[in-house]
Amino acid sequence: METYYQSYGVVLAVLIAGVALVAVAFGAAALLAPRRPLPAKLATYECGMDPVGEGWSQTQIRYYIFGFLFVIFDVESVFLFPWARVFEGLGMTAVVEMAIFIGILALGLVYAWRKGVLRWV
Amino acid sequence: MIAQAGVSVIERWISSYWLVIVAKAAVVLVFFLVAPLLVGYMEHKVLAHMQSRLGPMYAGRFHGWAQLIADGIKFVQKEDVIPRAADPWVFSLAPGVAMIPYIALFVVVPFSDQIFALNLDVGIFFVMAMSSVSVIGILMAGWASANKFSLMGALRAAAQLMAYELPLVLAAASVVMQAGTLSMIGIVEAQERYWFVLSQPIGFLIFFVAATAELSRPPFDMPIADSEIIFGAFTEYTGLKFAFFLLSEYGGIVAFSAIASVLYLGGYQAPPLLSAIPAPVWMAAKVAALSFLIIWLRATYPRLREDQLQRFSWLLLIPLALAQILVVGVVKVWV
Repeated sequence: METYYQSYGVVLAVLIAGVALVAVAFGAAALLAPRRPLPAKLATYECGMDPVGEGWSQTQIRYYIFGFLFVIFDVESVFLFPWARVFEGLGMTAVVEMAIFIGILALGLVYAWRKGVLRWV
Repeated sequence: MIAQAGVSVIERWISSYWLVIVAKAAVVLVFFLVAPLLVGYMEHKVLAHMQSRLGPMYAGRFHGWAQLIADGIKFVQKEDVIPRAADPWVFSLAPGVAMIPYIALFVVVPFSDQIFALNLDVGIFFVMAMSSVSVIGILMAGWASANKFSLMGALRAAAQLMAYELPLVLAAASVVMQAGTLSMIGIVEAQERYWFVLSQPIGFLIFFVAATAELSRPPFDMPIADSEIIFGAFTEYTGLKFAFFLLSEYGGIVAFSAIASVLYLGGYQAPPLLSAIPAPVWMAAKVAALSFLIIWLRATYPRLREDQLQRFSWLLLIPLALAQILVVGVVKVWV
C-alpha cells in the first residue's frame, strides 16, 4: 500500500507532463513558425486605429465589493466540506449549528443586497 | 457508504510505483489531448446543423473529421506575435496556466470502478480547486497584453468566476452531504439505487448553469464577447498560444461535463436494465450528452448583460444553493 503522499505522485506527474506539453509545443512553434516583426504588427490592437492612452488603464472599483463577498462565502464553503462529510453521525445538533452559521452569512448577503452594493452600475 | 474502490487497471498490469505513475500521466495527457478535440468537432458540426449549414466537410475526407487536427497543424505554423507594449513573460506563460489545471483535473475522473488514475479521498474538493485556477491564466493574459479590451475581458472573467464559483461549490457540497464522501468514485457508488439528479434536481440545474458560466460559454460569454470587446483577454494572442486557450475551453467543457455526470448522473453507473453495456461507455455517453447541451445553449440563447449575470448569481443561485444545503441536511438526519 502506498503512503498518503505517494498517492499524490500521479498529480505531480500529470502537472509535469502538462508543463512538458506546453514546452514542447512552444518549442515546435518556435521552429516552424515564421518571425517577421513589423512595427505595425507589434502595436496594440484596437480595432485597427492607433491605440489611445495606456493599456493598463484604470478599472471600476465595483469589483472590490464582489471580491469581498466572494472571499466570505468561499471560506464558508471550505468549512462546509468537512462538515458535509461527517454531519450525519453528529445528528440534528450539527445541522442546527450549520444552519445558524449559514444564516448569519446569508444575513450579510441580504444586508449587502438592501444596501444596494449588489447592483452592477 | 464508502466505496469499495477497485484497483486501477494499470496497477494490475504494472507493479513498479514509478512506471505506474508514468503510465497514468501518459494516459491522462492523451485523454486531455483527444477528448477536447472530439467536443470541438462536435461543436463545429452541431452548431452548423442547427444553423442549416454543413460545417467542416473536407479535412480527412469523411465529414471533415480531421478538421481540428488540421487546425492544430495550422496554428503551430502561425507567427507568434507578442505586442511591443506587453509583458512578454506573463503573456507567454498565461496559456499554460490556463490549460494545465484542466489536465490535472482529469486525474480524479473515474470511467469505471477499474478505470481511473487516482481515487483521491478529497476528490471533489481537488476538482473544485483545480477548476478555478484556470481563471488566473486568463487574468494574466488580460493584464500582460496591455490592451484595454483584454483587461476588460479579464476583469469580467474574474468577476464572473467569483460570482459562479460559489453556487458551483455549494451545489457540490450538498451532493457530498448526501453521498457522505468526497471521493469521486465514492459519490458514484453512492448513486447505485438512484441518481442524485432525482433527489437534487435544483442542485443539478444550479451546478449546470454555474459550470456554463465558469467556462464563459454562451449565454455567459461576456468575458470574450466578440461583438463588444474583440476577443476579451485573448485579443492579442496568435498561433499556438491562442490554440491553447481554445484547448483549455474545450477541455473545460469535457471536465465540467464529467464532474456533473459524476455528481448527478451516476457517473459510470448504467441506468436500470442496461447494465450489459460496459461502464466506460456510459460515462462517455453522459459526458457527450452534457457537452451537447452546453453547445446547444450557445446556439439558442443570446448573451446576458453583465449586471444581469451578477444579479442572477448573487440573488438567485447562491440563496437557492444555501437553502438546498439546509434542506438536504434536515432530510438526511431525519429520514
